[in-house]
Amino acid sequence: MWWKLTILLVISWVCVGAWIFPPPTPIEDNPEVFRIIYFHFPMAIGTVVAFGLGMYYSIRYLATRNLKYDLRESLAAKLGIIFCVLTTISGAIFAKHTWGAYWNWDPRETSIFMLLIVYAAYFALRSAVIDPDQRANLSAVYSILGFASTIFFIFIMPRIIPGLHPGAPKPTGASEGSIITFSFKTAIVLIPSVLAHIGLLLWINKLSVDIAERNKELEHV
Amino acid sequence: MDSKLILDGLAKSYPGRPVFTGINAEVGCGKRLVITGPNGSGKSTLMKVICGFIRPTRGRVILNVNNQKLNRLEIRPHIGLVSPDLVLYDELTAIENLLFFAGVSGLYFSARELENRLDLVGLGGRGSDFAGSYSSGMKQRLKYCLALLRDPELLLLDEPSANLDEPGKALVDEIIRSRRGITVIATNERAELEYADEIVRLG
Amino acid sequence: MPMKSSGSVKRSIAVFRKDIKCELRTRYAINAILMFAVVTVFAVSWAIGGVGLTEVLQASLLWIVIYFSCLAGLSQSFVKEEESKTALALRLYSPAEAVLGGKLIFNLVLLVVLNIITVPLFGIFVGLNISNFWLFFTMILIGTVGIVGATTIVAAIISKTSVKGALFAVISFPMILPLLIMAISGTKKALIPGLGFAEARMEIQVLISYLVVMTVLGFLLFDTVWND
Repeated sequence: MWWKLTILLVISWVCVGAWIFPPPTPIEDNPEVFRIIYFHFPMAIGTVVAFGLGMYYSIRYLATRNLKYDLRESLAAKLGIIFCVLTTISGAIFAKHTWGAYWNWDPRETSIFMLLIVYAAYFALRSAVIDPDQRANLSAVYSILGFASTIFFIFIMPRIIPGLHPGAPKPTGASEGSIITFSFKTAIVLIPSVLAHIGLLLWINKLSVDIAERNKELEHV
Repeated sequence: MDSKLILDGLAKSYPGRPVFTGINAEVGCGKRLVITGPNGSGKSTLMKVICGFIRPTRGRVILNVNNQKLNRLEIRPHIGLVSPDLVLYDELTAIENLLFFAGVSGLYFSARELENRLDLVGLGGRGSDFAGSYSSGMKQRLKYCLALLRDPELLLLDEPSANLDEPGKALVDEIIRSRRGITVIATNERAELEYADEIVRLG
Repeated sequence: MPMKSSGSVKRSIAVFRKDIKCELRTRYAINAILMFAVVTVFAVSWAIGGVGLTEVLQASLLWIVIYFSCLAGLSQSFVKEEESKTALALRLYSPAEAVLGGKLIFNLVLLVVLNIITVPLFGIFVGLNISNFWLFFTMILIGTVGIVGATTIVAAIISKTSVKGALFAVISFPMILPLLIMAISGTKKALIPGLGFAEARMEIQVLISYLVVMTVLGFLLFDTVWND
């Protein structure tokens, strides 16, 4: 119970803090836009966490051959899709107001697109296999492969292809690594926000697993 | 060589439909296990479970060879299988098929030795014909030739005399009677039930 | 008495030789791949109608042609085993790693043959201004090896599903996308005058590490795909 309350409190703090504290100001003419970072960035982290969770369950499934883990794996993936879409939307809004277009194919946008198609492919694969054991087996293998290629994408691509996002090398010579200056005031909102998003994700995941497992029990009765 | 096959509480179910449950059997070296039951009772499924192609829902298959317990995948090199589900390469000749399967399982035979082997199952002189051009009875004979190629400890015969003529059935009878290892037969033929030292009835 | 021969490499080669023999007798995959490649090259050539393309477009179109041709043929090696039901016998007699090894070599040969025909054809009908031949050669080569390394395991996965061919395109795309981006970027540098290996070093490093990661993962995971 206490951790649910903690998440609630932290989320409230983030909602308030995001408006009170000054945004990180990398772009001088429109700093207010950057407040969305307090939500966009944690959502992106949440997507990766959901994806990692899915892969963890895949490995557990392959080790134990217990269909319970297959169920959890697919639920984590569903949650991952929601976070992924939210990240894409919040990112697109930010992109429109900073770089002038909703979509620019900068490396991080490409990465999130990559994640979306991995998820789509994962569910396409699941729907194409009828036998539950076979479905669990193949989708577990695929999610590991997908995770590997996405990790490649997310962590390597943006660092080698010039892009617009913070943290990527700039196309025009100026080689400042990060344009967000992580001041103390930014950190006390952003870090709790990341933790709260991860907490929320795990909470929703736990609830959906409970519901799905009880539904399964009901089917057997 | 000493060997023993143990089926320990095997059960297999597909979603909402149990195929079989509680299969227990123990067969020693030189003995024969017969699996029988009506169509759709899971004879072939049980054969595949023994081969390790399908994981059982519960229970295990244990093969002891010289007091060594072999797990699901380790059993395979000791298996010879004749089954309607086993299909050889139509694009290859009979000899090429045998050469290939011997090759990937780590054995080497000369083409001449294989000709002799084919002769034993009544396919002498037909070795360089494509397997695709074989009749179903000839294909069955070729499967016997392949199954006996690596002198398996465990010979699994699913419908042993399917598609065979009288001389073919005599050949199968001779193969079964002269076996030294374990033989498992899945059949509904009354005559073949008599091979049984141990019997499993399904359905 | 049969002699024991050993080694996964030897057995992989046995699987490969079997595949080549069957392929030469039926032309199951190569016809599909080549038809696809030739038709796309001509379609592209016809559509651009003699207009000179920039280097970026040349590199992108070339890789798109290669990618689509792969989709037509690379899954065949496994799909055919399942559809003609020979997979069971192969599973019984051959160790899993030898099957994957053999199929990897087979797909690689298939794709190399494809490229030997497609790339010159593309050069003639669409146009390729190669300024650094060896860089171009390297990019095509490691790109090809990469595609094979990343998609052979996917072919094994889809051969066990009910829709097979259609699914191959969908689920191999995320595996190939990082590769395509890097290969296009590297090939582009081989076309632009004045750029060389030094400028494309990063692409080559990424491609090779991706190739190694995916191939190793493939070998680790293939056993459960193939045997379950």
